[in-house]
Amino acid sequence: MAIFINENTPVLIQGFTGRIGTFHAQEMIDYGTNVVGGVTPGKGGTTHLGRPVFNTMKGAVQETNAEAAIVFVPPPFAADAIMEAADAGIKYCVCITDGIPAQDMIRVKRYMRRYKKENRMVLTGPNCAGTISPGKAMLGIMPGHIYLPGRVGIVGRSGTLGYEAASQMKALGIGVSTSVGIGGDPINGSSFRDILEHFENDPETDAVLMIGEIGGPQEAEAGQYARDHMKKPVVAYIAGLSAPKGRKMGHAGAIISAFGESAPEKVEILKGCGVTIAPTPSEMGAAVAGVVNALKKVA
Amino acid sequence: MDIHEYQAKELLSKFGVPIARGGLAYSPEQASYRATEIGGSKWVVKAQIHSGARGKAGGIKVCSTDREIEQAAEAMLGKKLVTNQTGPSGKLVSRLYIEEATDIAKEIYLALVMDRASERIMVVASAAGGMEIEEISASQPDTIIRVQVDPAVGMQQFQAREVAYGLGVDPEIINKLVPTIMACYRAFRDLDATMVEINPLVITKDKNLVALDAKMSFDDNALFRRPHIAELRDKSQEDPRETYASDRGLAYVGLDGDIGCVVNGAGLAMATLDMIKLAGGEPANFLDIGGGASPERVAKSFKAVLKDKNVKALLLNVFAGINRCDWVAKGVVDAVNDLNIKMPVVVRLAGTNVEEGRRIIDESGLTVISAETLAEAAQKAVAAAKSAA
Repeated sequence: MAIFINENTPVLIQGFTGRIGTFHAQEMIDYGTNVVGGVTPGKGGTTHLGRPVFNTMKGAVQETNAEAAIVFVPPPFAADAIMEAADAGIKYCVCITDGIPAQDMIRVKRYMRRYKKENRMVLTGPNCAGTISPGKAMLGIMPGHIYLPGRVGIVGRSGTLGYEAASQMKALGIGVSTSVGIGGDPINGSSFRDILEHFENDPETDAVLMIGEIGGPQEAEAGQYARDHMKKPVVAYIAGLSAPKGRKMGHAGAIISAFGESAPEKVEILKGCGVTIAPTPSEMGAAVAGVVNALKKVA
Repeated sequence: MDIHEYQAKELLSKFGVPIARGGLAYSPEQASYRATEIGGSKWVVKAQIHSGARGKAGGIKVCSTDREIEQAAEAMLGKKLVTNQTGPSGKLVSRLYIEEATDIAKEIYLALVMDRASERIMVVASAAGGMEIEEISASQPDTIIRVQVDPAVGMQQFQAREVAYGLGVDPEIINKLVPTIMACYRAFRDLDATMVEINPLVITKDKNLVALDAKMSFDDNALFRRPHIAELRDKSQEDPRETYASDRGLAYVGLDGDIGCVVNGAGLAMATLDMIKLAGGEPANFLDIGGGASPERVAKSFKAVLKDKNVKALLLNVFAGINRCDWVAKGVVDAVNDLNIKMPVVVRLAGTNVEEGRRIIDESGLTVISAETLAEAAQKAVAAAKSAA
């Protein structure tokens, strides 16, 4: 069933009646997503885009049995909205909002650990383009038509670079099972490793394209996971190979940063873990095609 | 956002971090007047720039007379200081901090950072404070003390004690060090900092504790709720190209090449820079237009990129999702006309309504070169910049 969402998944929109929420809710409905309603505190009891509006997530879930949610709430209130979704029993939440304070995200992640792992909501984002299972459902702000339905999973930090990959793959006739944006913020809901695990367990995914960036430990961690726990092949591109060393303030960053945070170091680590590297961003599609064709020969 | 040493000290001292007496000066006369106000017989004149490693670059002078202070101030003010943290262009010194000199018995390194691996606030400390801390952390990583703070309950006294005892200081210092560590944590938490660094934290000969230097950086995403921190911004410490762009809501990083880049999305922007380098060119900047490449934002972005006089060619790379390519193309044509851009502009559009977008570009009759793929766009931009050079 791809991962996280399919054509049946009932979805709530948080920040439903705002300008951005309204626009993207309509796009998602047009794509075929099963949007069952939304939440805007103070507008409960009204109807928007032909769907009911609720004051609270708990009330909305009780009435609609929603399983997934997408957050378009402005940065000062977004952390609160995510925690409300987790508390209401939502299983999968995408947060699109860009600009959430890092300490708010620390609090969100701590809050989510109140729930046992099997009941814990999966959060992707914030600051991402969302998730799409092509031909089934879209929980995000991406242009749905650039994704061909298929059997390769995509996970990446950047929205438009993910579009680039999907359209390169489409041009080569390669489709996508699910594409997941984990967002560009330093503290995010799910890591590359977390998403790889979902793809490894998904019977409708044969291979995964991972689109990473400079900075942070998540790509190296994902490489080790792929080496130790995955049977499916992983292809990766790391953006920022030519990035200059950033200016810095003080020594603290250098002291805590481990080996594996620059793009060339990430590429080296991923290669060592058996991950296929797309050397340039214009070769992401071709690198995936190489891996997919090799799988066909084996089968 | 970064702030100056004197600002960080003022903030931290409100939370209980001990600092030496000091004052700010904008002129040599003011500098010697401050020293008189502070009293004593020995002072330190410190250039206020957003960088560490100022001592090695001549930005810190110990003085014992008015004349020495004025000479030191004269030598620093209005000059650009280049340290190993500023980059080659250096940073302008327009403020000095005059501080009473401290008798140093021992130097400690103390910092709090946002640790991406554990997704927690982390205390980092070392008994070997001072200028060689990065070398020490690389050669003897085991001597660095690291303590993570549980976000549910915040930092606990026992954790601060663990750090203090781990540093091996004299028993009479412990009772001063523990509250100082806790104070740094409260400042970090309450002000939405991303870094607090005290290097060195000095134990004086008379067994007192003094934060001799202090640096703080803040979470830009949280400035909306910290207006008094946002006010501390000093634009003179920023790359003017970046200030111009950030004041207009654009994410811009100045680089040293000659191809101006305008891209939607940070990841695609980084990938575009990678492609330019691979094609043998040098990007002049990183620029993320952000959500919705509206005609206004395209024009704003071109203006920001053209502030850099080294730019010889422009490359616009937009993957239009919700915003259609024909709309973006019209924005590009209008911007090139309105801004009277004469240099080559390579435009690569992809996504929704791409054929219509390319037709608008091709039929505009402007010096606009259209490209289909990322690789082609990079090659054309590099060729255009080389022929314009």
